[in-house]
Amino acid sequence: MALSHLSSTRSNRLLRPLAAAASSLCRPISTSTEPLVIETSIPFTPHKCEPPSRSVETNPQELLTFFRDMATMRRMEIAADSLYKAKLIRGFCHLYDGQEAVCVGMEASINKKDCIITAYRDHCTFLGRGGTLLEIFSELMGRQGGCSKGKGGSMHFYKKESGFYGGHGIVGAQVPLGCGLAFAQKYNKDENVTFALYGDGAANQGQLFEALNISALWDLPIILVCENNHYGMGTAEWRAAKSPSYYKRGDYVPGLKVDGMDVLAVKQACKFAKEHVLKNGPIILEMDTYRYHGHSMSDPGSTYRTRDEISGVRQERDPIERVRKLVLGHDLATEKELKDIEKEIRKEVDEAIAKAKESPMPEPSELFTNVYVKGFGTESFGADRKELRATLP
Amino acid sequence: MFRILTQRVLGQSLLQQGIRPGAVASASRCFASAAKDLTVREALNSALNEEMSADPRVLLMGEEITKGLLDKYGPDRVLDTPITEAGFTGIAVGAAYHGLRPVVEFMTFNFAMQAIDHIINSAAKTYYMSAGQISVPIVFRGPNGAAAGVGAQHSQCYASWYASCPGLKVLAPYSSEDARGLLKAAIRDPDPVVFLENELLYGEAFPVSAEVLDSNFALPIGKAKIEREGKDVTITAFSKMVGFALKAAEILDKEGISAEVINLRSIRPLDRAAINASVRKTNRLVTVEEGFPQHGVGAEICTSVVEESFGYLDAPVERIAGADVPMPYAANLERLALPQVEDIVRAAKRACYRSVPMAAAV
Repeated sequence: MALSHLSSTRSNRLLRPLAAAASSLCRPISTSTEPLVIETSIPFTPHKCEPPSRSVETNPQELLTFFRDMATMRRMEIAADSLYKAKLIRGFCHLYDGQEAVCVGMEASINKKDCIITAYRDHCTFLGRGGTLLEIFSELMGRQGGCSKGKGGSMHFYKKESGFYGGHGIVGAQVPLGCGLAFAQKYNKDENVTFALYGDGAANQGQLFEALNISALWDLPIILVCENNHYGMGTAEWRAAKSPSYYKRGDYVPGLKVDGMDVLAVKQACKFAKEHVLKNGPIILEMDTYRYHGHSMSDPGSTYRTRDEISGVRQERDPIERVRKLVLGHDLATEKELKDIEKEIRKEVDEAIAKAKESPMPEPSELFTNVYVKGFGTESFGADRKELRATLP
Repeated sequence: MFRILTQRVLGQSLLQQGIRPGAVASASRCFASAAKDLTVREALNSALNEEMSADPRVLLMGEEITKGLLDKYGPDRVLDTPITEAGFTGIAVGAAYHGLRPVVEFMTFNFAMQAIDHIINSAAKTYYMSAGQISVPIVFRGPNGAAAGVGAQHSQCYASWYASCPGLKVLAPYSSEDARGLLKAAIRDPDPVVFLENELLYGEAFPVSAEVLDSNFALPIGKAKIEREGKDVTITAFSKMVGFALKAAEILDKEGISAEVINLRSIRPLDRAAINASVRKTNRLVTVEEGFPQHGVGAEICTSVVEESFGYLDAPVERIAGADVPMPYAANLERLALPQVEDIVRAAKRACYRSVPMAAAV
């Protein structure tokens, strides 16, 4: 989504004489696809497999896309926080800020025929799969323009045409569902894979192991991705799991531990995982990541963690700052250019929110739509069936 | 020759001879009347076979699946699962999200409770939550209700639980015609269907017409069947209880009470129109079910009739259901825990003001 934007504003600059281009005063943001090799922050830790190399192939265009995408996600989640506090978003709202590198790195290594399924912390994952800011804010505010027409809410975003299968409220349920998506891909002989994302809290769910066992037996092209942000709701991982080495929990299933705050490491790991599962069946990726917000908007997130811990991660490991340093360090853009991108993003987000606020609430008749694909003319009822009833088409 | 054929699983025996069910039916038409005997088991297997043959997206998943189908379609389409209902049901629902048409077989619906989150939250509600983006064309089938002597954890009827859930369709066949027609309709249906079979009916044979044996045969979902017409009292039932209701109707007939027996076939959507039309004709209603009485199918039917046809009722609605206790093992207690024909007869007579008042409680 950011690529076309970059190239259109850059094309006129690329036409300038080389001398000017060489000058640091008006050096353009690099849109080069010249390969650049960058080392991940730390090596990968393998379980029953050979880890991929720490050297990740990327290019300036990709790095700038990473920056833009993650910055958009960050701004979007912060804006959602404000909307929730203004009571424009109701019910549950689980924010992803801090974890952006996971979904952005993943997208860089896959295509839209690969599938992603996650739990309820799904706003950014949906955006990464091609969702728009307008669809997201509209859905959060329960409007017709929402991706689920206002009927799903924060936890139920879907984009089937680009391989995003939700958006699930029941902890752990998405893992067997994801294995089912992989089953269908194998059944149809697609050369595609599914990434099923879950948290460190969900990692203890029995159904995960049931689905993993079947997936390993049937050689399904499934990648289980544990987004380990170290807290399952308000419970720290060491209090919930006897073994918090989530990448090893598959036992006979290989695993890889990845620095989830390093978008290049995530990209490398996902690329490695996709190649692996198409030949060998399931693999588990543990992304060591962190969420700045609490579990949801009703959780301040500071009763079970110290503010020092949170600010420490922000200072040392923030995924966007990491890419900013890389971009500046490799002279791919100036600080001002990056700040301009962030300003642009802020404007985009504000405009999307304004437009979303204009989207109307669903019509009352929508109460009764999409109950069935084929309703056979059966009747459905409101609270007082003598007052409100409808025929399901 | 037909006797021997019907005693074996239709899928296996006919497949071995390379004969399609339709061919057999047309042969029988030449020699005998149109009706041919088919057991419920054969009806179900033939339905599965035909639907799998017609649509390559249909697949079967469950514990210890029918060997005949496994031989014909192979292990890619007939999948034996480990004893992990939550896991394999979730996998099947995910496959349905992606566009396949799985048929999940539970050894009994008691074990489906381990998977009920996937049936309700992952399957039934998804089309609504996604505003029509993701449909779930899946069938959950298996024996439901009491078998014989299997005790409390293996005998529950889940019809009313599933039927209360919007987004699900719940079907309960009685005869072989029901079994074939409703299972084919369920597999072709784009929504999640809970298909409640009965262990004790599998071996029962019913005559079926050539039309029923045709591979295009299917029954409509949401429509009940009047198994026996009558004018004095309406008896609603589903699954095995239909047989009991018919026997009760025979007995009542000898005593001058003409009972109309409705085979519900579809618990959700419930054919309220047929039930109400019948009660408006007979003015009296007895609901029969095997499951627990509180918040049961009969309770919904009674309320529907009170809401829509109150003025037509000449007597309070009578309700026959399983006993309000976990299923006991001892044969005599098990018999007391389940509706018997005499219970249905007695209730019908009460509705017709032809019996003495209820006995005092034990």
